[in-house]
Amino acid sequence: MNSKVPLLSIRDLQVSFNTREGLVRAVDGISFDVEHGESIGIVGESGSGKSVMVNAILRLNFATEVIVKGEILFDGVDLLKLSEAEMTRIRGREIAMIFQDPLSALNPFYTVGHQIGEAYLVHHPDASKSEVNRIVLNALDKVGIPEAAKRIKSYPHEFSGGMRQRIVIAIALVNDPKLLIADEPTTALDVTVQAQILDLIQSLREQSDSAVILITHDLGVVAETAQRVMVMYAGRAAESSTVTSLFEAPSHPYTQGLMRSVHSLENSSRGSLKSILGVPPSLINLPGGCAFRPRCSHQLGDQSKCNTDKPELRLVGKSNVACHLPDEIIKSNSVSDV
Amino acid sequence: MSPLLEVTDLKKYFATGTSKLLHRPTGQVKAVDGVSLSVEAGQTLGIVGESGCGKSTLARILTRLIDVDSGSIVLNGVDITKLRGAGLQKVRRDIQIIFQDPYNSLNPRHSAGQIIATPMQIQKTVSKKDEVLRVKELLELVGLNPEHYNRFPHEFSGGQRQRIGIARSLALQPKIIVADEPVSALDVSIQAQILNLLEDLQRDLGIAFVFIAHDLSVVRHIADKVAVMYLGKIVEMGSSKVIYANATHPYTKALMSAVPVAKTGTDRKTRILLTGDVPSPIDPPSGCRFRTRCWKAQDICEKLEPDLMDRGDGCVSACHFPEIKA
Repeated sequence: MNSKVPLLSIRDLQVSFNTREGLVRAVDGISFDVEHGESIGIVGESGSGKSVMVNAILRLNFATEVIVKGEILFDGVDLLKLSEAEMTRIRGREIAMIFQDPLSALNPFYTVGHQIGEAYLVHHPDASKSEVNRIVLNALDKVGIPEAAKRIKSYPHEFSGGMRQRIVIAIALVNDPKLLIADEPTTALDVTVQAQILDLIQSLREQSDSAVILITHDLGVVAETAQRVMVMYAGRAAESSTVTSLFEAPSHPYTQGLMRSVHSLENSSRGSLKSILGVPPSLINLPGGCAFRPRCSHQLGDQSKCNTDKPELRLVGKSNVACHLPDEIIKSNSVSDV
Repeated sequence: MSPLLEVTDLKKYFATGTSKLLHRPTGQVKAVDGVSLSVEAGQTLGIVGESGCGKSTLARILTRLIDVDSGSIVLNGVDITKLRGAGLQKVRRDIQIIFQDPYNSLNPRHSAGQIIATPMQIQKTVSKKDEVLRVKELLELVGLNPEHYNRFPHEFSGGQRQRIGIARSLALQPKIIVADEPVSALDVSIQAQILNLLEDLQRDLGIAFVFIAHDLSVVRHIADKVAVMYLGKIVEMGSSKVIYANATHPYTKALMSAVPVAKTGTDRKTRILLTGDVPSPIDPPSGCRFRTRCWKAQDICEKLEPDLMDRGDGCVSACHFPEIKA
């Protein structure tokens, strides 16, 4: 395989939904690459389009009301042009997904062993019973479920939340996918269990060299697990860079605001948090120009480009930033204390 | 001066399962099992713990939304544990609650104004004529546009809805508000707004808060005192400054170490990674309840339940082997 071609390359992806109230632009022109074995984090608040975007990669939730434009190149093949049958061969085998809520991701009527085996059998229809059994046991073992041979016949309700998420991960990994998409995998879990699951995803990635796209609203989770980060706002990328430069020098005014809003364990000051004013915009009638403009603390005036042009990502310092502010201002802001 | 709210040895057990033969419950969930705490006027007590530790049950007991099995709740010198009818209604003026989910805690068929006015109508604290005025005042106080009192909950965003819930809890000018995970359903940037609002309200109106959360960093930001709960019991409690700087209970330590930090360069290797999940509260471990996940557990932990002991700096911790710095 040509290593120069990224594993996944998304080019100007747009996903919109036709609703009674109007056209909702959930994803509004996003481009990014994922290299083999890489771990990339996507951060954003609710409604920023992060889940819609990854669902689009697997072509999930595609109803007739959805309009998708752009390209999703996986190993050089545009997933949006594939037939449904070809797509089925990719789902679960080449690209697998871990969902947010492990309870609704599992079928309560089947044993977990059956559900993991099913994920394997879909792509290996000729596998013998004993082979499937061996694969399932191995998968349960890998995700750290004790006494796998016994638990194989258990139903989802017999497991705790953290154990259920481990089973969802086992299902995702049973076919050794090249790309693993984890959509808020720990949001439904307690913090001590979250630490276990993040640790598991991390070590499985290191063993298998699958690439991981991790979606989260928690900057802390990204800081600890990803190598590169993309910050999304109102369906677009606000900033994209390596984890180190994002956390050392957040550049986009939105990223800076997010960082200031995070109340850290180490920071003991009880002074008021610097919150971002206002609320995220409705995606139906997005303001022209920069979507963050109404909440931005550095407005360039009414006649500026902020009001008229959507900013594109451009390199400022070490980060790609989608902002019209002059480079000097972005750089000087990013070094100020956050 | 005695504290505003003093709670002693609260217990609440829920019956689970029914034996077909005897028509009697077969088990008990010990949701809150001997909790004592106190809140000073104008101060904030934070309560942290994972799901199933009994913190929401505690919130409901404190506000008398559910009855307690044993123990006492003394508010402002009055024992409110067993109050009923008119007596209980009068207490509700002093103690109010903010709920976790701003979507389910507001009646979708009532306008924001109606929602905020309801407590005042029930308690008859404001005349009909002044009601609208007071509602507008409250809306302004929580940072909403007073002209929006005719709007319905679905017309507001999540953060704005939570502000309506806060305005409702302020309507009777309570002395203490129990906030049950008031920001966990909100986005980070909105969380910060709501936390700032609560702090401003405390400063301006002198309200005491019992602030319940699973997020340690949120509690650290807002609380003067913090109590850590595990399986229905408080395992460590004291001034938040001291506890965050120097936790002695292994569970508190693990909980703090598990929080992902929004910073690079943190060493994941030094993290205390607990094994397993929180055990079922139906059948909690004998002795110390944390021992099944604790790396320091020894024989005594299985046999003897540790009491909350003063660790020397005004904080209490329930552990046989507390990590006290020499």
